[in-house]
Amino acid sequence: MSASSAFSDEKGGSASEPEYGHDPASGGIFSSDYKRHDDLKEMLDSNKDSLKLEAMKRIVAMIARGKNASDLFPAVVKNVACKNIEVKKLVYVYLVRYAEEQQDLALLSISTFQRGLKDPNQLIRASALRVLSSIRVTIIVPIMMLAIKEAASDMSPYVRKTAAHAIPKLHSLDPEQKDQLIEVIEKLLADKTTLVAGSVVMAFEEVCPDRIDLIHKNYRKLCNLLIDVEEWGQVVIINMLTRYARTQFLNPNINESLLEESSDKAFYASDDEEDEDKKAEVATLAKRKPYVMDPDHRLLLRNTKPLLQSRNAAVVMAVAQLYFHLAPKAEVGIIAKALVRLMRSHSEVQYVVLQNVATMTIKRRGMFEPYLKSFYIRSTDPTQIKILKLEVLTNLANETNISTILREFQTYIKSMDKDFVAASIQAIGRCATNIGEVRDTCLNGLVQLLSNRDELVVAESVVVIKKLLQMQPEQHSDIIKHMAKLIDNIQVPMARASILWLIGEYCEHVPKIAPDVLRKMAKTFNNEEDIVKLQIINLAAKLYLTNSKQTKLLTQYVLNLAKYDQNYDIRDRARFIRQLIVPTDKSGALNKYAKKLFLALKPAPILESPFKDRDHFQLGSLSHLLNAKAGGYQELPDWPESAPDPSVRNVEIPEWSKCTSRKDRKEKKVEKPFYSDSEGESGPTESADSESDTGSGSESASASDESGSGSESEESGEETESEEEEEDEEKEKKRKKRLDKTKAKKPAEESAESEQSSGTEDRKRGRKAVKNQKSASESESESESSESEDESEEEESEEESESDTDIRKKKTPVSKQPPKQSKKESKKETQEMSLLDLDDFEPAPASAPVTPVNFLSSSLVSDLEGLSLTDTILAPTTIAPSGLIKMYELLHRITGEGLAVEYCFSRQPFSPEPNMVAVQIQFTNNTNSETKNLHIEEPRMQSGMRIREFAEIDMLAAGESVTVVMGIDFCDSTQAANFQLCTHTRKFFVSIQPPVGELMTPAFLTENDFKKEQGKLMGMNEISEKLTLGEKCVNEHVIVERVTATANLSRVPCGSDKECSIPPPPPSAPVYRFAGKTVSSGCLVLVTVTTKEGGAAQLTVNCEKMVIGTMLVKDMMQALSQ
Amino acid sequence: MIHSLFLINNAGDLFLEKHWKSVVSRSVCDYFFEAREKAVEPDNVPPVIRTPHHYLINIYREKIFFVSVIQTEVPPLFVIEFLHRVAETFQDYFGECSETTIKDNMVIVYELLEEMLDNGFPLATESNILKELIRPPTILRSMVNTITGSSNVGDTLPTGQLSTIPWRRAGVKYTNNEAYFDVVEEIDAILDKSGTTVFAEIQGVIDACVKLSGMPDLTLSFMNPRLLDDVSFHPCVRYKRWESERVISFIPPDGNFQLMSYHISAQNLVAIPIYVKQNISFFETGPSGRLDITVGPKQTMGKTVECLVVTVHMPKVVLSASLNATQGTYNYDPVTKILVWDIGKLNPQKLPNLKGSLSLQSGAPKPEENPSLNIDLKIQQLAISGLKVNRLDMYGEKYKPFKGVKYVTKAGKFQVRT
Repeated sequence: MSASSAFSDEKGGSASEPEYGHDPASGGIFSSDYKRHDDLKEMLDSNKDSLKLEAMKRIVAMIARGKNASDLFPAVVKNVACKNIEVKKLVYVYLVRYAEEQQDLALLSISTFQRGLKDPNQLIRASALRVLSSIRVTIIVPIMMLAIKEAASDMSPYVRKTAAHAIPKLHSLDPEQKDQLIEVIEKLLADKTTLVAGSVVMAFEEVCPDRIDLIHKNYRKLCNLLIDVEEWGQVVIINMLTRYARTQFLNPNINESLLEESSDKAFYASDDEEDEDKKAEVATLAKRKPYVMDPDHRLLLRNTKPLLQSRNAAVVMAVAQLYFHLAPKAEVGIIAKALVRLMRSHSEVQYVVLQNVATMTIKRRGMFEPYLKSFYIRSTDPTQIKILKLEVLTNLANETNISTILREFQTYIKSMDKDFVAASIQAIGRCATNIGEVRDTCLNGLVQLLSNRDELVVAESVVVIKKLLQMQPEQHSDIIKHMAKLIDNIQVPMARASILWLIGEYCEHVPKIAPDVLRKMAKTFNNEEDIVKLQIINLAAKLYLTNSKQTKLLTQYVLNLAKYDQNYDIRDRARFIRQLIVPTDKSGALNKYAKKLFLALKPAPILESPFKDRDHFQLGSLSHLLNAKAGGYQELPDWPESAPDPSVRNVEIPEWSKCTSRKDRKEKKVEKPFYSDSEGESGPTESADSESDTGSGSESASASDESGSGSESEESGEETESEEEEEDEEKEKKRKKRLDKTKAKKPAEESAESEQSSGTEDRKRGRKAVKNQKSASESESESESSESEDESEEEESEEESESDTDIRKKKTPVSKQPPKQSKKESKKETQEMSLLDLDDFEPAPASAPVTPVNFLSSSLVSDLEGLSLTDTILAPTTIAPSGLIKMYELLHRITGEGLAVEYCFSRQPFSPEPNMVAVQIQFTNNTNSETKNLHIEEPRMQSGMRIREFAEIDMLAAGESVTVVMGIDFCDSTQAANFQLCTHTRKFFVSIQPPVGELMTPAFLTENDFKKEQGKLMGMNEISEKLTLGEKCVNEHVIVERVTATANLSRVPCGSDKECSIPPPPPSAPVYRFAGKTVSSGCLVLVTVTTKEGGAAQLTVNCEKMVIGTMLVKDMMQALSQ
Repeated sequence: MIHSLFLINNAGDLFLEKHWKSVVSRSVCDYFFEAREKAVEPDNVPPVIRTPHHYLINIYREKIFFVSVIQTEVPPLFVIEFLHRVAETFQDYFGECSETTIKDNMVIVYELLEEMLDNGFPLATESNILKELIRPPTILRSMVNTITGSSNVGDTLPTGQLSTIPWRRAGVKYTNNEAYFDVVEEIDAILDKSGTTVFAEIQGVIDACVKLSGMPDLTLSFMNPRLLDDVSFHPCVRYKRWESERVISFIPPDGNFQLMSYHISAQNLVAIPIYVKQNISFFETGPSGRLDITVGPKQTMGKTVECLVVTVHMPKVVLSASLNATQGTYNYDPVTKILVWDIGKLNPQKLPNLKGSLSLQSGAPKPEENPSLNIDLKIQQLAISGLKVNRLDMYGEKYKPFKGVKYVTKAGKFQVRT
């Protein structure tokens, strides 16, 4: 590398020139011989393409090597209109490179490009725009602007993509154009093709990253297109959306983070439990509203998740940082696996990933703990990787794994790579400071290293030992003595200084040695490094104060030496100390405080990771890597206090009737998202083995697509959006009602989706078929969908008036729906009440009526309850005695291919095994054929959890429902029980996750017993929270109902025994007590609600299992504050 | 984004430069040379170097430094990943990515770079698209080109550029339709002195060579997909099918590509095919050391271990080695201090052994650490994780393709500590 200087000069590299096999004539002659250039000019002027090409190739080779070829400009630019495409391309290369230097001549070529912009061939249009915009000549700015504007509305998406690329070019050439360019960006952002999306977002990021308002309307579209965008575009979009989400949504961890801060740390026995807690995403303190994730926020998280599986490390990293910055804590964990995978990649990738992992491990240690071993160091790793891995290992160290980590460190210390050894020693020091249990072990190990032969190792150990000793010096005076002996041998200044400081600081522990050390140091004072000299003065001063009899003369000697030192710092220090410690008549008032000043107790140093707090930079960014703001870095905004209006993201009905040209439609066709089956509920039947099924499904779907007057790609985007929303509603059960209409729409959409998932061949066939019978297409689709999806028929006809005639109307965006909601709602109710047809009762939304109890008026509730009872005629009579049973969906009818499964916690004791939770499962067969052999297979459980399966259901006839009861021992945790639900044809993976309130059974206690038990469960087992009761929680009845609905507890009869001894408590402060015990271990759960005036209340939960307690508090808080 | 690219060889020659925005003087590379000098080893050069006006992001591949110049914030992995993609494209086009091939094909390289980036933002990186834009050089074509003066540059817009299946071009035709899949697994392991496994995991890839006409839609299913702990896919694979059904459904790119890579984590028990008994010791008195290594089969599932190589990075003070190998040949390079023992096939009846003495530099203290051994091996027809391809189905085309699956197990980063 000594040759480096040779290459910085322009003529460098000539040695390598003769190797140019490609153009034999060029060998080593070029350098400054312009006869050769004449030759080239001649070749360029000839009318033979082959000669021109040869000349251009040589010129490009010159450019590639960094030679100046600008004098050929006139000769080259003439060939810009050459017919030969390769010559033309090479001319473009040349032009772009030199146009800036030869502005006037460059203008000669402009007209060619302008002509190119009008060419019928999209490739030529695009490349003309590409070159035109790459020419950095200010005069043509208006021409460029015009060209970009025109290209932005080009029919070809490829040309539009090129237009997007041209925007930042023009912006960097002339920032004045910004406003006009933003208009173009706005237009292109609305583009619905995946090809354009990545490029336009890149332009957005470069030109106007702060115009977040432009994103609103395109947010959902971008989320949905994301998976089909090319990988580089994905990175840019994900990074931008991370910032967007930070400004628009609420912090999903807000409650958790506050909870942690409020000194509740003791609750959490381990990280796992902590995670468990977080699963219950609800509020804890009364003044805070319960957190509900915006469906758009959820959409982003869901649509980026599959990209963790991308082969492109940059995409994976982008998703990882998005999850780190945006996801609820419980969900962040999934990125760890993907990041660990990246560690197998090239060492540069490893380097960047490790930097980010190091930052993440500080905040979320638990996430990477399972992968600890993946960070073990190999002797062949490059040093920079080793040191980063060491950092991660240190961050991951905790009480449980420290022994394995230290064993690893032990092997590292023996490495030949000395920088790495030094880093290992520091790592040991940090582990020792952070984890008290191993401090002594580490210290002993480090002391042993003091006898190492390598001085660097010894020096590093000394420095680390010094820091450790500061924590508990009393017990280690022998180590200090040992180190005092070392001062004769160690030469490394930092280590010498550390030893001196130690001796000075703890001179009282080693009263005999200290003066002797000072004596030795006084002798060598002149030859020491500055840092050591300062410490010698320091030592002298401290000894003078504690032991002036022995050291007075020595101190004065040292101070005198220092007085004439060459370094002014040392002279200053000497003067200062002399004034301070040596009492003279002039010395000031500080003298008597000298001892306090010097021998004050010093706080032990905290050894911190250099990666601490780096996460205020967006992870994965250059700024994060450098830990300094890079140019153009956009700050990651803090979460907003309250969520901005989410309706800004709603999209109006698109006006897409404009594009009617035949060609356009064709192009669109191709752009249909390839992965559209990614919307969650894909129809697994559509795999190509069941031909007949697929055929009809695809036909009907594409038929309806076709009828959408050629704007199907736009509409499908629309569809998926609204669909996403629905799912969110369903999952989170936050919205009151589902819309009748959207429900009806669903089957149709579903089939449309699954159609896309099936093979292209199918698609084509379907399309062909459609073309043949286009006229009949509408009715066809109608009839077919009703054939396949029997139960949807009713609804379909319900809104026939709308949907039948105009399918586009059916796809009314969500934004339009809320006003209709109430109307539809009532309609639905009446319908359901009158028609007791089982088919009519859609299983999926059946969960809706039961959802948040408090929203429905009680009469309605009972009505619906009655309905659901009639619905489950076959159900055994094991229905819970009190309150409502919340139904949960286990298998959606679509995913289950017509088999719908729901479950509820019946709150009955499970008779075969009393420590299991009874789960009542209801199967509904919505298909036309019977389903056989329903049973459970392959339960995958957390350790300790067990399942008692229900007896196999031999047959379930079409349209029938059956209810069974199974038992699950959840081991008092809210971990999900996963198992396979098998029919005679298919297997479905399902999981049941219990709310914490279902993990207990009522226990009957008297008030006295209650108080006695409560007394035993104080301290850490008691969690108490203040809250404000919700508006409806006015009377006793409601409160009791709320509590028992949330958890399976029984009310403790109050007051009976009290009355005789003490007067009853004033009626203004009634106390409600509830008791229960956990199902599997039988721990008592005691809940007390004390109401106060003005709706205030206090909630107390006593439970031995703190996790259960905490989670229960959360749930109760939410229930009571509504 | 990416401003300029410089290619620099190991000796420090800057042999190619390309600028996508205005020209950045090559003197910016001085900062790189400085860092390069400081790092001693080429793989210790920090991937990101800060200079007063620019940031240099570089990768080191095939003895070439790809140094890119960045001016503003950009995710570093974005650039690194792109540079690797460039290197892979060169490899794809010229058979290897070396200084000589790049210099020989300077013009094609330049054209490629021009297509791959527009204004510093990646434009076309799929090799299928690039090959339609710029045809890769073949001997025949370069002959024809020199005679007729025709070019390597395609004149139509690659269809892939416009479709949502950018990785496949339309109108592919073969007379023999065939699809081959190689399941290649590498064992990453660290064994400690006593032979116990400190850490072991399996990294696997499925490389595919698909030469099928038309637009085939393939579905690959496994006997035991649950084994796969973590997977990453070529963009052609439909994620959701994998998530719901654990099958790999895709429309393949044409030719060679890596379909997926997977990871079987340390949580599962990983079979270690061989064991190593070693004894390396250095003596304080007399400038010598002793070395004794024996390799034997452990869990090979009845297959033969081939291409067994043991590599030892000796401490600096080891001058020479006089050893005796019962099988294979050994070679000690006193300059790089690397001892390579090439064993070949492992014979379970007669275990290979390498024994002898090492001579140390006189006067130097004995090395603190014993060197660790790096093992290389290969087992044909075995995927050590037990992964098995169940079947490959093709939809969308009428013909019957010829299908084949091959399994290989190799040692990845397999290290024995001593």
